[in-house]
Amino acid sequence: MSEYLLLRHRQIPDIGNLTVYRQNEGFQAFHKAVTSMKPEEVTEVVKASGLRGRGGAGFPTGLKWSFIDKNKWPHYVVANADESEPGTFKDREIMENNPFQFLEGVMLCAYAIQANVAYIYLRGEFWQIAAHLDRKIAELHSAGLLGDNLFGTGYSLRLYTHLGAGAYICGEETAMLESLEGKLGQPRLRPPFPPSFGLYGMPTVVNNVETLTNVPLIIEKGAAWYRGYGTEKSAGVKIFSLSGCVNKPGNYELPLGTTFRELIYEHGGGIPGGRQIKAIMPAGASSSLIVANEQALDTPMDYESVPAVGAQLGSASVIIIDESVDIPWLINKTIHFFKHESCGKCTPCREGSYWMMHLTERIDKGKATWKDVELLKDVATQIRGKCLCALGEFSIEAVLSGIDRFRQDFEARVGAREMIETQP
Amino acid sequence: MNHLAEKYSEEIQAILAKYPADQKRSAVMPLLYLAQRESGYVTKTAMNEIAELLGITATEVASIVGFYSLYYDKPAGKYRIQVCTDLPCALRGAEEFLEKLCENLGIRVGETTPDGMVTVEHVMCLAACDKAPMFQVQSGEGLSYHENQTVESAMALIQSLKKGASHSNKDGHP
Amino acid sequence: MAKQVTLTIDGKQVTVPEGTLIVDAAKKAGIDVPVFCYHPKMEPVGMCRMCLVEIGRPVIDRATGQVVKEADGSPKVQFGPKLETACTTPVSEGMVVVGASEKVKAGREDILEFLLTSHPLDCPICDKGGECPLQDLTMGFGPGESRFIFDEKMRMDKHVPLGELIYLDRERCIQCGRCVRFQSEIADDPVIGFYQRGRSLEIVTFSEPGFDSYFSGNTTDICPVGALTTADFRFGARPWELNNAASICSQCPVGCNITFNTRREARSGGRMVIKRVMPRQNEAVNEIWICDKGRFAYHFTEGGGSGNSERLTQPLVRKNGELAPVSWDEALQVVAERFRQAGSGLLTLAGGRLSNEDLFNLRQLTQGLGGQTALYTQMAGGDLVAQVGVGQGTNFADMGAGSAILVVASDLHEEAPIWYLRIKQAVERGAMLIVAGARPTRLEKYAAHVVRYPYGSEAAAILAMLNSLSAKRPNLPEPVQALARSPELQAAAKAFAGAQNGLVLYGSEGLGLEGSQALAQACANLLISTNHIGRANNGLIAVWQRANEQGAWDMGFRPRTDLAEAMKSARVLYVVAADPAGDDPSMAEAGEFLVVQELFLTDTAKLADVVLPVEAYTEREGSFTSGERRVQRFYPAVPEPAGLKADFAVTGQIGQLLGLDLEARFASKVMLRIASQIADYAGLDYVRLAEVVEQWPIVGRGDVYYGGTSYENSQGLGVQLAPAAQRGAAVPLAWPEFASQSHSQQASAEGLLAAPINRLLDRGQTVWPSTLLHSRIPQPYVALNPADAAVLRIPSGAMLQVTLNGTARLAAAHLDENVPQGVVLVPRSMGLPIFGPAPVEIRRAEVVSA
Ligand SMILES: Cc1cc2nc3c(=O)[nH]c(=O)nc-3n(C[C@H](O)[C@H](O)[C@H](O)COP(=O)(O)O)c2cc1C
Ligand code: SF4
Ligand code: FES
Repeated sequence: MSEYLLLRHRQIPDIGNLTVYRQNEGFQAFHKAVTSMKPEEVTEVVKASGLRGRGGAGFPTGLKWSFIDKNKWPHYVVANADESEPGTFKDREIMENNPFQFLEGVMLCAYAIQANVAYIYLRGEFWQIAAHLDRKIAELHSAGLLGDNLFGTGYSLRLYTHLGAGAYICGEETAMLESLEGKLGQPRLRPPFPPSFGLYGMPTVVNNVETLTNVPLIIEKGAAWYRGYGTEKSAGVKIFSLSGCVNKPGNYELPLGTTFRELIYEHGGGIPGGRQIKAIMPAGASSSLIVANEQALDTPMDYESVPAVGAQLGSASVIIIDESVDIPWLINKTIHFFKHESCGKCTPCREGSYWMMHLTERIDKGKATWKDVELLKDVATQIRGKCLCALGEFSIEAVLSGIDRFRQDFEARVGAREMIETQP
Repeated sequence: MNHLAEKYSEEIQAILAKYPADQKRSAVMPLLYLAQRESGYVTKTAMNEIAELLGITATEVASIVGFYSLYYDKPAGKYRIQVCTDLPCALRGAEEFLEKLCENLGIRVGETTPDGMVTVEHVMCLAACDKAPMFQVQSGEGLSYHENQTVESAMALIQSLKKGASHSNKDGHP
Repeated sequence: MAKQVTLTIDGKQVTVPEGTLIVDAAKKAGIDVPVFCYHPKMEPVGMCRMCLVEIGRPVIDRATGQVVKEADGSPKVQFGPKLETACTTPVSEGMVVVGASEKVKAGREDILEFLLTSHPLDCPICDKGGECPLQDLTMGFGPGESRFIFDEKMRMDKHVPLGELIYLDRERCIQCGRCVRFQSEIADDPVIGFYQRGRSLEIVTFSEPGFDSYFSGNTTDICPVGALTTADFRFGARPWELNNAASICSQCPVGCNITFNTRREARSGGRMVIKRVMPRQNEAVNEIWICDKGRFAYHFTEGGGSGNSERLTQPLVRKNGELAPVSWDEALQVVAERFRQAGSGLLTLAGGRLSNEDLFNLRQLTQGLGGQTALYTQMAGGDLVAQVGVGQGTNFADMGAGSAILVVASDLHEEAPIWYLRIKQAVERGAMLIVAGARPTRLEKYAAHVVRYPYGSEAAAILAMLNSLSAKRPNLPEPVQALARSPELQAAAKAFAGAQNGLVLYGSEGLGLEGSQALAQACANLLISTNHIGRANNGLIAVWQRANEQGAWDMGFRPRTDLAEAMKSARVLYVVAADPAGDDPSMAEAGEFLVVQELFLTDTAKLADVVLPVEAYTEREGSFTSGERRVQRFYPAVPEPAGLKADFAVTGQIGQLLGLDLEARFASKVMLRIASQIADYAGLDYVRLAEVVEQWPIVGRGDVYYGGTSYENSQGLGVQLAPAAQRGAAVPLAWPEFASQSHSQQASAEGLLAAPINRLLDRGQTVWPSTLLHSRIPQPYVALNPADAAVLRIPSGAMLQVTLNGTARLAAAHLDENVPQGVVLVPRSMGLPIFGPAPVEIRRAEVVSA
């Protein structure tokens, strides 16, 4: 990549220093917005840029901001820095190394919806990152970029960090709001959505860290410039968190529409030991398993193309699975995760994940029969479409696609069992 | 007789200042971290004190402790070594790493070394999948990440922790 | 009226108000959608996913905004790909809901299978068996056999006490959250909560004592499985073995409608016994809730306890100084003869737990002989309630924006928990609450205005409010003038006067007879002057200390301030359902001849010349008049024990022996006489009192729209009386004499004033026999301000000798910053003789070391 838009520290190592950030046009967008743009204009530019949410759902960011209810005040911004999807580690790199660009994004969003307070909700494990951000926020206060009457306009803004405490579900935006209110992190019923009923019941925009980090450059350089990256419907760049069976795991900032092949083989250095790639999970543990055939490898990673090969782009946490990996083992792993993280609020996810865990464990240990595999499929199908939030729905993706697309692995496991049974 | 309120009055004020005056309950999570720093886990007394500070019931505070996996209602080793064995890390050998580490310490996963210093646990993804094997250390001092680990480097860290070194490789706690 | 919306549910057209949820719309149309987490009294949460239905919505043409039509002209309806929860989705125009399809059936089966994976097979021993929607639904939708391996079931703790009253079976819990939501949303006592998450979610309590809430028992009713049970009933009986009898709670003036569940029991010698008390729906009174006192304190009716709670079984007459059993004939003859001789020297003293019928007969008898009656109580004002009480049709449920509620001198959470709950809800709907009190109480949390006055200035505070509204009565005594200048009081007065509806509840905290009469008069004046009388949701309510004190006033009984003297000078004293000697030993010197009619051998009864044993109200029928002046019937729950008679019957028979025309056999006939002689009760009879109308929500029908085990009301919603003001009578203002008493006038030499307060769970005769409650009843205590305690060198918890009204008793010292300085709070019925404000002496008791 010739130029980084998000992981700019890779080019400008000291960009985490306020002076350096400002030397590189930092906070010009915010200054421009607050002093010379109407809040709605900021939203319009973001809308026009085609930026879509990077937290997973890919919802158009500007459109979300425009939904904010203007009849109820105050408004809030909550930056989603919960980053807990297995395989995702991009927001962390941004916040550690390019914190000001992220904070400026939060500030622009706040200005656009006229919020005077924004919270950054970080997963509890990001304890040190929160401390780091707190210091950066203090610097912004000293520099007159946060506080009251900014640039003499009367607009005031404060940012606060808030630490979660080890619950994947708190990445789900309504659970996050509950958590921020000091309650159990269990999702709310929707509708109403946060832009009309959010934090403390007030209109709120929740955006992912990466999403917000795009905003300063969009405001500064314009929507058209941003649309120069990516594809028609998936504009801009995306950080792909590459992990699993690959030589060079890590974050790769690439235009949307880059193919899996390019990510894995050009940037990621291919599969260790020259082994064969077997499957791809493009959206972390929540993902369906894609059979990594030639067609799949040539699929562009954007919001439209990935569904065509039977998965979602999600947060673009691309987990690579090679031929040495056994799929029953893999789904046992993912189910353990979801069983551990189910909030317990709704029946299908709470009970279903527990049941599936017993089944995947038995299958993985070679103690199951084909009937158990079928039962697992039944249970997963039974969960589908009945959960209160997406976590429960995520939990079955790998299971159903695994059984469908890697049937031979399951047959082998069951075969092992049958062999044991027939032994004298 | 609110011990926390007395000992940390300034910190508590700073925490409360983050949230609207009529939404004090939001401060329950940061206050629980504060309490946990005191004793390594959240005592019943602390739950009552936090409840009193926020005008909610002890049960409401306890529910938070129970729901979130980073709060503990029971004491364990002084340092909790929490190894990520979730899928991406497991694909890069985290499970073997954990097994060997435990072997070296002579304990099983979830157990504490006889000297009460180290408890080893496995945890879900910590957003460090490209740097497996990795673990975090949680203690009264705070929480820190240790990435690209080998059993040797982990044992060295544990040795130094036992000698009283700090595990916070960067910033310490906020 | 809300906009109406028409939709189709399973082919049936239904019209309901906008905003109605699909489950409720279906129920109204007679279609059951199964639920677990949804409860019609609580916000929907959509957790259990049992109520899945298919929902189709008319397709709207974006361009024209018109409904798209099919070829046949019917509106085109589009169904979503997923099943949706009927409990969270409000109806919309033209919606088509399908609950009877294969897809829906399969969806419900799926959810049920999930719920059953870890549910234990306890049904044969489960208290909920027979009234459990999970059991019912399993019969309806459940899989024939489990696909889940039994060994993999989640094992959790059983028999977990959540405190002394409620037990939890963690395995049975289906995590619907109803109990947790009830406690936080409805009771505002969030003392139980979820712990852990996912499949490990479990209910816990961290309060001291566990599950510390006066409403805890309600959670066992709405728990859709047998996870929550009461310590009182669990393993006590199977629901289908139980008979039920409609009744009214006799513990406080709210008059909650209840059902006694009874069973014939070998352990009790084959007698029918009460197994549990359940709420009975009356949306105008208690909805579907009752407080824990009502639920658990019924054991006094059984007797068989210890000490004075043993029930009397036969008449006793004093012979040679000893009370000896005699026949009814003999006892009644003795009594009649004495009454005849006494004539106008007869004083009949009655307690407020008697029924209207009992009181009526007592009054008829006494009047017939030219004697005098007195009500044994420490609170007055019932005559004013009869004049300006709440209008017919009053219902807290109808109060919201535009309604003002003033509560004065009452800690409602302690004195009438269900009113507390209903006022809280009214505030949540927008009603404006003013709490006037001498110390903070729980209800103040919901108050828009708090008026603080010193003990002794209760009536004065209300007069000051009135005074601030008009110059009608400027000559207020000095302390009142100071109060009248308080901006908070003035704002409260203004808000009250300006409200569309105005309601006042007054109590007896800090007050005796004179004080409460003055307070009632002040409240009546405020209501009259602000024109908040004679209409529904306007008027005066007295927070009586006993269930039927209003009925007693209506039947013509009045308390007297000179009771002690009157008792001494009476030739014959007839004490019914009262224990003056037990409350105050100085009352023991009764007149020449004492007749006591009672359930128990009380301290007063022990002094009696004749003791007449009576039936408990659970053994007979009758009626009570609630604080809101709703006349309500109670029915016999268990057969009358041999040898006992109802109070009205005993009195009636005495009257007949004296040649008076009294009804002694049928309570219903006594009611007819009441109706013909007491104007306010005109037109009432037992048939009218038994009338019901359909109520919402629909509960207790054993269907899958599960409202809980509260009983459906089929035996009477009662009749609310119209106060004089509503019947067009003129109600003039009158100015109380006793407006304010300054502290120094009343305090002891040390400057300490004892102020009586009321506690829900006390050591009274109708509570103490329920031993289950003992752990929740404090030892005798008094509360005082830490500053006073410091001066007197009294540490918290110290044992004190408290001297009140000439009697010295031991009590523990509770230090409480909320107690005003110079005041010692003394709970009533807690072993200390307190009737009204009084000087008190306290000193540390000598500690006797073992
Ligand atoms: C179970 C679950 C976990 C989620 N975790 C995260 C997360 O860790 N970070 C995140 O940004 N979004 C997460 N999301 C998505 C958020 O709900 C929300 O859509 C997102 O924060 C919106 O921001 P965006 O529009 O900028 O993507 C999660 C969603 C679900 C259902
Ligand atoms: S699907 Fe249900 S149980 Fe699972 S996390 Fe979402 S709300 Fe909680
Ligand atoms: S989800 Fe509708 S009743 Fe539980």
